[in-house]
Amino acid sequence: MKEINVQDITKVVEELCIKACTTLGNDWWQVMDDAISKENSPLAKDILKMLEENAKLAADTGEAICQDTGVAVVFLELGQDVRLIGGDLYDAINEGVRNGYTNGYLRKSVVSDPLLRKNTGDNTPAIIHTEIVPGDNLKIIVAPKGTGSENMSTLKMLKPADGKEGIVNFVLESVKAAGPNPCPPIVVGVGIGGNLERAGYIAKKALLRPLGQKNPLPHVAELEEELIEAVNNIGLGPQGLGGRTTALDVHVEVAPCHIGALPVAVNINCHASRHAEAVL
Amino acid sequence: MIKLTTPISPEEVKKLKVGDQVSISGVIYTARDAAHKRMVEAHSKGEKLPVDLKGQIIYYVGPCPAKPGKVVGAAGPTTSGRMDKYAPTTLDEFGLIGMIGKGQRSPEVVEAIKRNGAVYFVGVGGAGALLATKIKKVECMAYEDLGCEAIYRFEVEDLPVIVGIDSEGNNAYDIALKK
Repeated sequence: MKEINVQDITKVVEELCIKACTTLGNDWWQVMDDAISKENSPLAKDILKMLEENAKLAADTGEAICQDTGVAVVFLELGQDVRLIGGDLYDAINEGVRNGYTNGYLRKSVVSDPLLRKNTGDNTPAIIHTEIVPGDNLKIIVAPKGTGSENMSTLKMLKPADGKEGIVNFVLESVKAAGPNPCPPIVVGVGIGGNLERAGYIAKKALLRPLGQKNPLPHVAELEEELIEAVNNIGLGPQGLGGRTTALDVHVEVAPCHIGALPVAVNINCHASRHAEAVL
Repeated sequence: MIKLTTPISPEEVKKLKVGDQVSISGVIYTARDAAHKRMVEAHSKGEKLPVDLKGQIIYYVGPCPAKPGKVVGAAGPTTSGRMDKYAPTTLDEFGLIGMIGKGQRSPEVVEAIKRNGAVYFVGVGGAGALLATKIKKVECMAYEDLGCEAIYRFEVEDLPVIVGIDSEGNNAYDIALKK
């Protein structure tokens, strides 16, 4: 049994918050370069180049890519052979978020109560998802999620008879209704199956997959191809001002579900596919 | 690229056409959800506004804190639609002439823009680090307790925006989708 001190987790979460808010992965740069080369509209091309310039500036200066540094969504894959010592796990994570958002000069965007709406002042609490997995490692993924795109996300309980066509239509309706609000080019996470909360959860997890990488299941990868093509034919384009590049990628995750159910969640992300991870 | 210096006149606004690329210099004010709610509530009770917005531009933004040696952190536009409930009051009663944000506006806001000969500019959402370099001076004017949602006075140089809805109500997003 491996021991992990939660103080080490605090330190790692702090670093991941700052890293995720200021740098984007190589996968992002590749799909953006590709989108610029395929874009015909001069304004769309200019906007995409501006977003690349912005990302470079952020990485070089440690400034946040976007002022909406989001709610810190933390995914934990906790090995069942890990023994946590030194304190409470979730307290340690929130301490890491507090330190990251303070020391990284990131915006604090969390209110403690949705009705009373008082800012907590340190971006806590984080939204923490924990999965228990085999082994003795702890994997931590920090994915700051901005609200411009989160507010445009949708969930619908389709009927099994709606099938693939119903799913494609619902995704397209969601992207069209979102319009310019989520700062296209967007990344679309689609969760199909499970139940109400699992569909949303796997849609969010779909956003963590590297851009350009398909689902390993062939029938799901095929649906992803169909969706990215359809989404980029809408014509919204960067910032909704027209063009080909409405989405940088569409990722689909699936889960088993009830014989009478076909839940579909569409979690929309802005161009900044922000996530950073570490393994302890 | 059209260069404008604030305060902008009704004549200058009238000349702006949807889709025009504009570079703004001068003083603008920030306000987002919480500041709008407070201003409109204060106004409905007959209280004086903390900032005179007549002929001014509001930038819908909640910036990141400034790092040492900087005046402000990342500061790109936020989704304007959340201010739609309040925007007609800011135009009709506060005398606002322009707004900077991103995303669609409600039919009520478009009507208020036309009625007042105002303009809605859109900035590039997600380019917060880059847009922050155009902000040269920052001063908190009101509602400091709201943190990033307080009202700030920005002095900007060449802030790049696009005319999203012009004073005649033409809408860049609708035009883009029709193409």
